Amino acid sequence: MQKLYLVAPLAPLVGAVLSGLFGWVIGRRGAHLVTIAAMLVCTAVCGIVFNDVLQGNTYNGTVYTWLTSGNSRFEIGFLIDRLSATMMLVVSFVSLMVHVYTIGYMADDPGYQRFFSYISLFTFSMLMLVMSNNFLQLFFGWEAVGLVSYLLIGFWYTRPTAIYANLKAFLVNRVGDFGFLLGIALVLMYFGTLDYAAVFANAKQLAANTIEIVPGSSWSLMTVICLLLFVGAMGKSAQFPLHVWLPDSMEGPTPISALIHAATMVTAGIFMVARMSPLFELSETALSVVIVIGAITTLFMGLIAIVQNDIKRVVAYSTISQLGYMTVALGASAYAAGIFHLATHAFFKAVLFLGAGSVIIAMHHEQDMRRMGGLRKYMPVTYATMMIAALAISGIPGFSGFFSKESIIEAAHLSKVPGAGFAYFCVLTTVFVTALYNFRLIFMTFHGPERFREPPVADARGEHGHGEHALTEHAESKHDAHSDPHDTHGAHHVHEPRESPAVVTIPLILLAIPSVAAGWFIGPVLFGGFFGKAIVVAPEHDVLEELGREFHGVIGMMTHALTTLPFALAIAGIGVAVYLYLVRPDLPAVIKRRAGFLYTILERKYGIDELYSFVFAAGARVLGKGLWKGGDVGLIDGLLVNGSARLIGWSATVIRRFQSGYIYHYAFTMIIGILVLLTLVVVWP
Amino acid sequence: MQGSSLLSFAIWVPIVAGFAVLTTGSDRHAGVARMVALAGAILGFLVTIPLYVAFDPSASGFQFVQLKPWIEVFNVNYHLGIDGISLLLILLNSLTTILVVIAGWQVIQERVAQYMAAFLFLSGFMNGVFAALDGLLFYVFFEATLIPMFVVIGIWGGPNRVYASLKFFLYTLLGSLLALIAIIYLYNASGGSFSLADWYLLPLTLDEQILIFLSFFAAFAVKVPMWPVHTWLPDAHVEAPTGGSVVLAAIMLKLGGYGFLRLSLPIAPDASQYLSGFVIALSLVAVVYIGLVALVQSDMKKLIAYSSISHMGFVTLGIFIFNAQGIEGAVIQMISHGFISGAMFLCVGVLYDRLHSRQIADYGGVVNRMPVFAALFMLFAMANSGLPGTSGFVGEFMVIMGAVKVNFWYAFAAATTLIFGAAYTLWMYKRVVFGPVANDRVAQLQDINLREFIVLGVLAVAVLWMGIHPAPFADVLHVSVDELIAHVMQSKIPAP
Repeated sequence: MQKLYLVAPLAPLVGAVLSGLFGWVIGRRGAHLVTIAAMLVCTAVCGIVFNDVLQGNTYNGTVYTWLTSGNSRFEIGFLIDRLSATMMLVVSFVSLMVHVYTIGYMADDPGYQRFFSYISLFTFSMLMLVMSNNFLQLFFGWEAVGLVSYLLIGFWYTRPTAIYANLKAFLVNRVGDFGFLLGIALVLMYFGTLDYAAVFANAKQLAANTIEIVPGSSWSLMTVICLLLFVGAMGKSAQFPLHVWLPDSMEGPTPISALIHAATMVTAGIFMVARMSPLFELSETALSVVIVIGAITTLFMGLIAIVQNDIKRVVAYSTISQLGYMTVALGASAYAAGIFHLATHAFFKAVLFLGAGSVIIAMHHEQDMRRMGGLRKYMPVTYATMMIAALAISGIPGFSGFFSKESIIEAAHLSKVPGAGFAYFCVLTTVFVTALYNFRLIFMTFHGPERFREPPVADARGEHGHGEHALTEHAESKHDAHSDPHDTHGAHHVHEPRESPAVVTIPLILLAIPSVAAGWFIGPVLFGGFFGKAIVVAPEHDVLEELGREFHGVIGMMTHALTTLPFALAIAGIGVAVYLYLVRPDLPAVIKRRAGFLYTILERKYGIDELYSFVFAAGARVLGKGLWKGGDVGLIDGLLVNGSARLIGWSATVIRRFQSGYIYHYAFTMIIGILVLLTLVVVWP
Repeated sequence: MQGSSLLSFAIWVPIVAGFAVLTTGSDRHAGVARMVALAGAILGFLVTIPLYVAFDPSASGFQFVQLKPWIEVFNVNYHLGIDGISLLLILLNSLTTILVVIAGWQVIQERVAQYMAAFLFLSGFMNGVFAALDGLLFYVFFEATLIPMFVVIGIWGGPNRVYASLKFFLYTLLGSLLALIAIIYLYNASGGSFSLADWYLLPLTLDEQILIFLSFFAAFAVKVPMWPVHTWLPDAHVEAPTGGSVVLAAIMLKLGGYGFLRLSLPIAPDASQYLSGFVIALSLVAVVYIGLVALVQSDMKKLIAYSSISHMGFVTLGIFIFNAQGIEGAVIQMISHGFISGAMFLCVGVLYDRLHSRQIADYGGVVNRMPVFAALFMLFAMANSGLPGTSGFVGEFMVIMGAVKVNFWYAFAAATTLIFGAAYTLWMYKRVVFGPVANDRVAQLQDINLREFIVLGVLAVAVLWMGIHPAPFADVLHVSVDELIAHVMQSKIPAP
């Protein structure tokens, strides 16, 4: 079994190396064959491992010693329990689907081999992250997935918006990692090890410790550590206020939006907090911060999704909002519910993204939903699968999202950490918002008139306001370095939309199945102690246990839900979407005019991007320039270094005068000197 | 291993090879000069490999010791020996020399023999610094390194080379003259001995120690360089030819860090502790202030030069927090910085050789024409940003882990490099490499040739190897660093 654990991450790594370094030898076909074969092996292994942990086996062991220093030992090793095995299964399965899908989506891209190499490398990194048995390797995987995300967002490196977005993503994530690394440093300092098992075993003994970060005020050690770690999670899982990178990451090709920026990488923060549950349980303050941040994220990012017109951006904001749900679950100590929602979300969000990609192919790289409509009769498979995903994400009973979301809402309701009331309000409201923006997407894309047949309205684009969008809409096209992306759509042609090929639709179908079915395992996963010792919940926080007492099977849960507020809100959201986008499609424009101010706030994303680029990006440059010109060039070099050189030069010119070489100068100086001395001697008493 | 002459080989093989290269004379025999230089550099590296193989990481004290009288009147000895710290630096130095010789293969077309010889001399002298156990011998080698570098910048440098080389020379000479005073003082105080071992045991009052510490500090802080005596470095780098920049960043700066470890800490342990807050403050200023300054540079070489200063801030920070992780981290950081900064300067050199510009604004979209180069450059840029899995992470990680034990805010300030380092490196990378082809000159770029690929490839392997499996590097350090720390913790102030 232990050898098998190594195969899971190494198979994709081998695929990545072969396709990346030898892509020019093995060719396009060779690249996808080798990476997909490796992914098949990897998924099979993850399946075997999952099956093995279901038998009750766990594993915790070292692969090799990375470094020893002082009395600390840093190792690379695996911890295989139900938490990591679940993550492994989700990651490898979605990744395999995305690999297959990529054959269709990237069919005519010149960077084909490079793309396969990156997504395999990503899978390796993500598996190392979730399989880790220590903080160091967690950080390795953490940064490695960040690197691949950077490479993939900037995959089309000739596009200014893409290379802006990838830099932004990396730097915002680095802000999170900054906190994360400090958290790890404090763990090492107080626990003397970075090994999970040892740290968690000693957590209770150190719970009472306090540290003085600011002299004079003592903080609970656990609170400080957990908050620092959570800063890392906020970066990776795009929680407010570090969410700004995720919408821009849509500049990357759609398959990776599905794999990295929806299903797996962004959930790393959620996974990490769940993994750290033995620490977070010891700090009420940290849990409270977590639940409030999650609540803010889920509601306010969901609202933005309502006004987006770019199909991928709707799904992107939806992702942030759903990650907020998971964070709320963590804050409410319902870690299992958070992970459960992570898994169901991975499936239905992958469908939404891959479906959006399928639409984008059919629309010849048009992403603006105002230029779509009526696609359902051309693309039945895409339509059906996306409909299933939309029902799932809206929480309609029977679909997976219902079970996971419902339990999070109930957990927030029962939770007693400060801020839980606010969180409950936010997650409830967001049910309505989620249903609204998802069905708006479905209706604008698949129903109504076939707007893609109309000639483009000149100002339709202008009101976007952001140059970035204008580029996104066009530019998912062949990337001949010479062709300006704009040119490809210079003239308006009506392309007859077609259903995408089987390599695209089969992954959609295979992912749609768990989008329905995964939820039905709620009983054993949430209330059956599925995660065992992997997740620790303090008895006073155990909301899931309380929920479990009221749980009488999935059928009971569904029938009960029909009478509750979340269901009513979801139906209301769908109803409003039906009314606004099917019955009275003229109304949205009216609303937009009437509520112009609110609309602008949402469309400008609360101005957070502008604030950051003004304060941090521009601020750092001004500060840097000031220090450079003022400090280095002005003070140090100008005054001290060159100044002392000038002083020496100047004093040399003065002193040089004394050595003129004329005897009478010297004689005159001597006489003056003698006179002065004599005067002193005589006049002095 | 008394009487072993392996260290002498490490020092004199390159120097003799340098003379051999000089005998080829004028540029008519440039080809011969290159071949002789390459053979000399490779031989110089080969003779250091037995050092690593035969080095006993569990033995305390110095190994491969060689002791011969040199100037008997003043009791000066030709006294060599190394511990784990010097071992790694000698290996790094000898490897870098090969790469520098290859990197200058086609670029240098004038005075080829002299150019190659300068680097071989430099390599020998620097090995001398790392191996010397006699105070005066150390000083002689330390100062001797200035001459070849002065010549390299002054002759093969850019348009402003005279200003830069003079600034470099005077700046560093001024610092080391103060160190000479300390050395003479120690000679007298120890009753006429230049032996470092004697000086380590010499009791000194706190006032004496502080003065000695500050004298050495003047020499080593300039060399590292620490803020605010760093301003010679950007100028020197900008004007130096690529090879000069590589050796300067990869090895010469380490003479400063090594000096702290070999002289300042063990000779003046009480003063080192007394003044550690001051040194740490300067180091953290280097990390933050210089990180911001690097962000706004428009010249690639200047940007990397500032990045070097910022990274060397980690070295001095690690040394002066006096715990195993800090000091081992500092040494690892020195080695890693040798690989990464060398590689970064070589990458800029590759571009400069083609377009003769170092301005970021003159580039853009290089990846379209040079994909192999772009991939390697990306690796080094990520290493420079401290990405885990590359060597750049290891030292920074260890120093931050060590610093937090002393003071949370030290670690906090140091960890900002995660943000600043990524910001200035990747922003430069974005503007130079990504994007559409910026202009006609970029459009005509040729990807790297085999020779350039070998040089960058060797460094890429080193960067990855050290990032993925740093244990072999750290393992040779443990005993040496533990001894050093034990020594620093023991007061030398004589009982009244």
